[in-house]
Amino acid sequence: MPSLGTGVQFVSFFILSALIIGASLGVVLAPNMLYAAFLLGFTFICLSGIYLLLNADFVAAAQILIYVGAVNVLILFAIMLVNRQAPETPVPLKKIRDGIGGIVCFGLFSLIATTVVRTPWPYSTEAPVTNTTLKIGEQFFTNYLLPFEVSSVLLLMALVGAIMLARREFVPDQTVTGDEPLVLPERSREDLEPALKKLPVSTASEE
Amino acid sequence: MNFALNLNYFLVLAAALFCVGIYGLISSRNVVRVLMSIELMLNAVNVNLLAFSNYIDPQNIRGQLFTIFVITVAAAEAAVGLAIILAIYRNRQTIDMERFNLLKW
Repeated sequence: MPSLGTGVQFVSFFILSALIIGASLGVVLAPNMLYAAFLLGFTFICLSGIYLLLNADFVAAAQILIYVGAVNVLILFAIMLVNRQAPETPVPLKKIRDGIGGIVCFGLFSLIATTVVRTPWPYSTEAPVTNTTLKIGEQFFTNYLLPFEVSSVLLLMALVGAIMLARREFVPDQTVTGDEPLVLPERSREDLEPALKKLPVSTASEE
Repeated sequence: MNFALNLNYFLVLAAALFCVGIYGLISSRNVVRVLMSIELMLNAVNVNLLAFSNYIDPQNIRGQLFTIFVITVAAAEAAVGLAIILAIYRNRQTIDMERFNLLKW
């Protein structure tokens, strides 16, 4: 990939940074969940631009394919499956708690930024590799073969676990042998209603 | 003035993104938004890894390999997390974090 001039890189870095921070604040603060999910996808796309500035073209493509194409779509499905417009019950001291959280996060940011600026980083003077995809494949099948294979097992486990957790099961009867069957039970709504009333809730004034 | 990018710019950007993610994690009451904040934090980590890979280890690009592992784990985490949310939603009929207090007492 021909490298851009330093001025162009500088300007595009600041434009992308402004877009990323603005969109991620939108993800956190937007009142509508659907807008938040689309802003999350926009954040991912801008981040892949940052990855291109860092000479990571393969990772940038993987970011768009996996994050925008898979994770964001999964989140959109989750929003549409569970989005019930229930009025949020007020929680005591919500504003103060959020304020304290914001102050703590800003403090953490200033701490990290100070550390970053004061640390003398051991910059390398070597030229970056030209074909990152080739290098990544070479590393995966020599030095990092075991983590590579373990990650495939992890993906299989996540697949089976997600299906197991999300499939619909009603409260089962005893099996023939008499022991508890290995399923995640889901009660029907009528059974659940009296049980929900008895559960402890965070605010006493809610019911 | 010097118009060249260096490591500090990328690290500060990643720190800002990470802190926005933490704020969303602790302040939002919608479970799906909490998952989205976790994704933001994982992406901030990816920016850090790639910046170190580009400026400190440009020949072996080990940071890019770690980023690919992080992306893999993040995809698995999102799938399992959303399945857990669906299971909780079916049982409690709510996605409010303040009402998920079954394990608190």
